[in-house]
Amino acid sequence: MTHLDLLTFARGSALNWALMVFVAGVVLRLFEIFSLGRKPDFAKPRSNSPGSGWRTMFTRSLPAQGMMKHHAVSYISGYVFHAGLFLAIFFLAAHIAFFRSMTGLSWPNLPTPLVDASVVAAMVALGVLLAHRLNSPVKRLLSGFGDYLAWAVTLLPLLTGYMAYHHLLFEYTLMLALHLFSVELLLVVLPFTKLFHTFSLFISRWYNGDIFGRKGVAS
Amino acid sequence: MKKTPHPEVIPGTVGEGLLQRGVTRREFLKFCTAMTAMLALPPAMAEVMAAAISKARRQSVIWLSFQECTGCTESITRSHSPTLENLIFDLISLDYHHTLQAASGEAAEQARMQAMKDNDGKYLLIVDGSIPLGNPGFSCIAGISNHDMLVETAKGAAAIVAVGTCAAFGGIPKADPNPTGAVAVSDIVKDKPIINVPGCPPIPVVMTGVLAYFLTFGSIPELDSLGRPKSFYGDTIHDRCYRRPFYDQGKFAQSFDDEAARNGWCLFKLGCKGPVTYNACATTKWNDGTSFPIQSGHGCIGCSEPNFWDAGSFYKALSMPVSMTPSMLGAAAAVGAAAGVAITWHNRSTKAAAKAAHEKVTVQELTREEK
Amino acid sequence: MTASLSKGINSFKEVIDAPIASFFSSCVHCGLCAEACLFYTTTGDPKYTPIHKLEPLRRVWQQEYTLLGKLGKMLGLSKPVTDAELAEWEPLVYDSCTMCARCAMVCPVGNDMTYMIRKMREGMAASGHAPAGLVGASTRSVEIGSPMGVRLPAVKAQMKHVQADTGIEIPLDVMGAEYMVLMSSMEIINFPEYLGAVAKIMKQAGKSWTLCSEAFEATNSGIQIGASDIARVLVQRIVDGAEKLKVKTVISPECGHAFTALRWEGPNLIGRPYTFEVLHILEVLDGFRSAGLLKTTGFEEARLTFHDPCQLVRRGGVLEQPRNLLKLVAKNYVESADHGKMNWCCGGGGGVSAIEEAEPLRLQAFKIKKTQLEETGAKTLVTACANCRIVLEEGLEHYHMNIPVVGLTEMIAAHLTQEKEAR
Repeated sequence: MTHLDLLTFARGSALNWALMVFVAGVVLRLFEIFSLGRKPDFAKPRSNSPGSGWRTMFTRSLPAQGMMKHHAVSYISGYVFHAGLFLAIFFLAAHIAFFRSMTGLSWPNLPTPLVDASVVAAMVALGVLLAHRLNSPVKRLLSGFGDYLAWAVTLLPLLTGYMAYHHLLFEYTLMLALHLFSVELLLVVLPFTKLFHTFSLFISRWYNGDIFGRKGVAS
Repeated sequence: MKKTPHPEVIPGTVGEGLLQRGVTRREFLKFCTAMTAMLALPPAMAEVMAAAISKARRQSVIWLSFQECTGCTESITRSHSPTLENLIFDLISLDYHHTLQAASGEAAEQARMQAMKDNDGKYLLIVDGSIPLGNPGFSCIAGISNHDMLVETAKGAAAIVAVGTCAAFGGIPKADPNPTGAVAVSDIVKDKPIINVPGCPPIPVVMTGVLAYFLTFGSIPELDSLGRPKSFYGDTIHDRCYRRPFYDQGKFAQSFDDEAARNGWCLFKLGCKGPVTYNACATTKWNDGTSFPIQSGHGCIGCSEPNFWDAGSFYKALSMPVSMTPSMLGAAAAVGAAAGVAITWHNRSTKAAAKAAHEKVTVQELTREEK
Repeated sequence: MTASLSKGINSFKEVIDAPIASFFSSCVHCGLCAEACLFYTTTGDPKYTPIHKLEPLRRVWQQEYTLLGKLGKMLGLSKPVTDAELAEWEPLVYDSCTMCARCAMVCPVGNDMTYMIRKMREGMAASGHAPAGLVGASTRSVEIGSPMGVRLPAVKAQMKHVQADTGIEIPLDVMGAEYMVLMSSMEIINFPEYLGAVAKIMKQAGKSWTLCSEAFEATNSGIQIGASDIARVLVQRIVDGAEKLKVKTVISPECGHAFTALRWEGPNLIGRPYTFEVLHILEVLDGFRSAGLLKTTGFEEARLTFHDPCQLVRRGGVLEQPRNLLKLVAKNYVESADHGKMNWCCGGGGGVSAIEEAEPLRLQAFKIKKTQLEETGAKTLVTACANCRIVLEEGLEHYHMNIPVVGLTEMIAAHLTQEKEAR
């Protein structure tokens, strides 16, 4: 099997299956959560509450009052990582072409060197986060195999994408195939690990905002 | 300009042929210099090459055409500019070639047999076209199947040059569903050095360059893992493309006639396979260095790569899925939903069972017996 | 019948709902909740990380309600929750969680750990892993009528005292009164000033009110120990009393968890909305203030600050009212850092003050409150929860800090115009 065959497989059947597992997995996990239901709340909610589920869905992206100062490492590397990953996924021209082919939607891309820099920043942030995970007693206690797996499958697409673009280690065709395989691994793993927070955090934030909002608190 | 006579013209050699045709030493040296540059040899090698080729006897070449379209031959015959490339036919003795030879029928086959006999172990075998293994009758010459003719002719060859993507990798005949069971030369011949010169068709100067190298050194040039001469196939089209800066800046044509396309921006999004195609088009170009596909406004289709025909649409960017359809995702969502309904039922019954099994907690029951 | 592991696991299965499933699904193990927890920040012990306190519940969710977990369980790959584990978790779920919900305010993915601890305690109680202090309090609540063992005669005795002190008659079991006033045991035993303050304020406002002989106790140990079956019995008493007397509004006293129990959990425990309204005393006072029914004279001169009771503020939404009221009577009022909905817990909420074994940890956790207080330079600490008040007093005493702790209702009452004129 030549490198181009590998790439064709990665862009073909492998991608199809990975995307299908991803979609089916996400749908299944959403059913899993909502199937457990929620009892009706008979307590009269406060009128004119400053809080609500929808509000918290967005506001929780900002650090809580007083937290940034003391826990800058987690916050800053968290933001840098997520922003870098977001830019790389949605604003590299090649990726937009992917989304256009799937959805018909298209939007302007960022200059490639900018995306390249954001990928580097995201990888550095991931490195910092791993070091922090290994060194912080709290994070170490909470961490298990799933956490390190999630870390690795998130890093790989960034790393292989970077290496393909910069012609590092392997020739481009092979590296591009590896990049696609790493993305496919991420797609398959995502619904069934903590990476599912990509979707579920909107649900949990909504519930949080709703629980507090009914009581008149903007959480 | 005064014609300088060739020194040491030995009868029966290439040098004599050149002299007879009125080719000057200066012109010949110019050709050799171009070849050494093309083959990425040191400039000093031009003299060596000129000397070696002048002294060499005309190389016997047998050219076999199997499942092919004659595009490769068309390509090499149209390499008359620069004119010196025509010389390649003075360098060799093309003893057998369907399209170019005058002989036909029995006489033609006789010529092949004679050449094989006269130059046993020394002749160069050039093959274009793939070989059908599905049924020998799919492609025959003079009642001989392609497979048998290849095996028979390869036996006494010094080396084989698989010209074109069909001979090198199976090409279009091998493309899905491959009705003839087509294979490449290298799938059949295992005991001879094979130089793959893929391309649909290959660049003329690449073919002549490989021949010049063989004549000069009597050996084959350095090859990559797919049997291609590194000097021509060492870089991707993309890496040598004059539009590369636009790619690096993220400037892309969105359609073939938009402003960006007119400005000569990168054709990646229109399906250019330059990034994964190893060939020399972007440097040697075609038709006397006039242009190459990307320069003419069309993306590279990757014709010199194995299985290029099955590597997704020519008009789908490399980052686009080859065969994904929205209905696949719809089906996946439906499967997920069906599994979701099943798990909903299971979760609800687990919870209902827990509710049914609930025993009222009273203050008397807050402690454990054994505690 | 006794408590057992199977009853506990069964309870876990019962209480796990969509919010909990989304919380566990979303957790990325970032550990930021630890930084919001007073027990972790004062001890540095990672076991006090809020989400870690929920580990047994998480495993039951994972094993019972997720596809991969179910498969793992079928294949025998999952680690079942055991009695020994629950015993190990008892101090984490009870002693070191005041259900203050500060962690729920900082979690980047929006997990409400307190919501989950509350539910997890159902299984802990059902499996017999509740602390003895809370078992005792619950038993006394159900059997005697109050977690501290206070009976009606004690209430009546206090009514007499207050009548003598203030000259105002304390109404009992008055049909059709506008307000039914509840008290916490703490107020009956330790802070009798509260009842007098309410009497004076009601008199000035000209409102009809009453105590109820069948439902004077507002606190609810069932909520703290995490047994809804017990909490329901206790809430039902109040609902019955209020409905019998046909009052418009039931006033929850200066007690945080009583407010949570009555205002937010009660209707869900009895399975229907109330026929009356529930307000915290500070909501009532602030209502009087804005209606012009609360007239005060004079100001407190001392530099003072307000301790926001978690259940009242962060988990109750009574945020502005105490500030409005303080401005009426205090000139030198300062806010502490992290006040309001980000305030630090006193360390005794969620039943922790009733757990004897938890005392050393609670006093250690008080350090954060101590620092917070010291930074304000306040000479008086005002609050609106009798439990906070007693825990704060103990903490201040332990650290030799001479700062009086005052209930806000009393402070308002002390400045009533009417009272000054009467003298």
